[in-house]
Amino acid sequence: MKKFLLAVLVDNKPGVLTHVSGLISRRAFNIESISAGYTEEAEVTRINIVVSVESERELEQVVNQLSKLIDVIKIVNLSKVESIKRELVMIKVRANRNNRADIINVVNIFRAKIVDVGPEDVVIELTGEQGKIDAICEVLSEYEIIEIARTGAIALSRGLLPVKKM
Amino acid sequence: MLMNGARAVLESLKKEQVDVVFGYPGGAVLTLYDELYKMKFPHILTKHEQGAVHAADGYARATGRVGVCFATSGPGGTNLVTGIATANMDSVPLVCITGQVANPYIGKDSFQEADICGITTPVTKHNYLVKRAADLPRVMKEAFFIARTGRPGPVVIDIAKDVFAEEFNYEYPHTVHLRGYSGKFTGQEKEIDVVFSALQAARRPLFFIGGGVTLSDETADLRAILARTGIPVVSTLMGLGCADPADEAAFGMAGMHGSYAANMAIMECDLLVGIGVRFDDRVTGVVEEFAPRAKIAHFEVDAAEINKNVRVDYPVLGDLRWSLPLFRQRLESSAADYKGRYSMWRQYVIAMHHEKPFTYKKDTGCIMPQALVEMVSRMSDDQTLIVTDVGQHQMWAAQFYTPRRPRQFITSGGLGTMGYGLPAALGAKLGQPQKQVVLFTGDGSIMMNCQELATAADYQIDVKVIVLHNHVLGMVAQWQRMFYDRHYSESLLNGHTDLVKLAEAMGVAGCRISEPAKLESGLRKALAHEGPILIDVMVPDTEDVLPMVPGGKRLDQMILGGGEA
Repeated sequence: MKKFLLAVLVDNKPGVLTHVSGLISRRAFNIESISAGYTEEAEVTRINIVVSVESERELEQVVNQLSKLIDVIKIVNLSKVESIKRELVMIKVRANRNNRADIINVVNIFRAKIVDVGPEDVVIELTGEQGKIDAICEVLSEYEIIEIARTGAIALSRGLLPVKKM
Repeated sequence: MLMNGARAVLESLKKEQVDVVFGYPGGAVLTLYDELYKMKFPHILTKHEQGAVHAADGYARATGRVGVCFATSGPGGTNLVTGIATANMDSVPLVCITGQVANPYIGKDSFQEADICGITTPVTKHNYLVKRAADLPRVMKEAFFIARTGRPGPVVIDIAKDVFAEEFNYEYPHTVHLRGYSGKFTGQEKEIDVVFSALQAARRPLFFIGGGVTLSDETADLRAILARTGIPVVSTLMGLGCADPADEAAFGMAGMHGSYAANMAIMECDLLVGIGVRFDDRVTGVVEEFAPRAKIAHFEVDAAEINKNVRVDYPVLGDLRWSLPLFRQRLESSAADYKGRYSMWRQYVIAMHHEKPFTYKKDTGCIMPQALVEMVSRMSDDQTLIVTDVGQHQMWAAQFYTPRRPRQFITSGGLGTMGYGLPAALGAKLGQPQKQVVLFTGDGSIMMNCQELATAADYQIDVKVIVLHNHVLGMVAQWQRMFYDRHYSESLLNGHTDLVKLAEAMGVAGCRISEPAKLESGLRKALAHEGPILIDVMVPDTEDVLPMVPGGKRLDQMILGGGEA
């Protein structure tokens, strides 16, 4: 399975997320993550989808089927162009007097941040590529991870050309 | 102009030249129906919302225009779903308008509330939930535009009840502005050149045509291309009627119940030119072995169809109204002797067809369903519209009825919806009132939506309903006979319903034909009857639709028919 990150620009209208997510499920496409947010244009939402596919042909199907949706304006495969990918994760770890220093050490090594500290826990925030996030999760699993929230990957192409003009 | 949302919907329909709506009133659309009453807007009250949507579909297929239906919220909307899915699979342009509970009640599990947009998203080209009257003109305009352009399809507009009553300043837009959909689909001419060159190199080319030819009204260009080149042509169920039936090398339907020659031609051709087809599993047989010796060209408006089911070597992406005239031009301006070049291949396929045409057993002492269809085919001309239900009778109609033109053979192909036939026939007749409409149905299919016989009676919609009555769910029983050790699980109907009396009770004339000797005279008399009539024809219960390509087999692994030519 190969992974690709698609930037999907859609009309910011009610029902559009149902249209996109419904299509992905009924066509039995595999997605790793999906995230959506506002853009520089008020009427446009950007959906970032990481799909995993067996072949280029399957990828072509995902793109063509999504393109058919009336409210989809543009799709660009950002894995095919020079781009920067990022994901945000927050991890809540059980921490006490004895191991808090160790955890802070791990956080520093990964250039992550501690955004909340309680008597028995810390919340760690990290932004990075998926590999880095997987790595910190693995290291922290030595301690007791209470919960994890990840945004899924988003990406921007390098250079002046925005996705809508590609 | 100041008006309420309900009036705005109807004014928009007038702007879109809608001359009839099929529907069923209810709580959420009371205001809409009140305006309809005041405007005397033409409306056909079916007996079930499913009847309304299939009727709108039949109307659309018979006329090429957008079919329109109304239903109320909740169960009204959910009753449309089968009909919307049917239209979606066969790319039929519909606009379905449903009432939704009023804005303050949305999301509260209110009385007769269902999320119609959520439910219909997988089976529509697009859908809308309208919560403000100000959005109505734009949404109506967009809906018709989306439904009829490109690859056509159904659009649902779900309108909150209070929107119908909301007064606002109505103005119908002249243009549509959708950033993600232009409705124009012209492609790259070089793709046509590629197919043109591939054709020059081909020795055994074959055209494979589908519903897209009908939908784009491209029959004239197609027939000219066939006449210029003499290339053999086979069709999907949805493409029947597009090729000229007088062309000896038009072999009708291919696929699971296609003709021997059509399927063998697919297996042996070296260039298969698909036009407006989607390579459905009913037509490809085992897909990896479809057209194994051929390069595949594909003229298609929908990019997602290319490479979806079969690998395509030469795609021509774009509206057939753009691509086929250009392809025709190239062929007609070329000096090549195509007819001479392909004549051996053409004659070879024609010979196969003569050797193994569609056949059936004769002189059985029973009315053979195939003979019945052939007889109706002989008795009718291109002014007759044939509508079918789904099952064995549908396949026999496809095999033995020869449509002369597109839009003459109306059938639920992709979804295979039993119960489609009767309401679709009513819609077709209302769309083409000067044409005779004949429905082929079965004793299984007719009972799904038989309530619409009452609609035929109430409006005196003149359809001839021919029931091929075999006392079984024929296609189910055939599969059970062939693949399930003759375990006729729940497929033997042996119903106690007298269909003639049922028709009569609904206000439709009825007659029964049981003897072969009386078939022709009985049919003639019934077809000449003025007004709707149900003709209950008794046929044998164990007849198979043949040839048949069993599931998971190649097209050349057909089980052939046992009859003589």
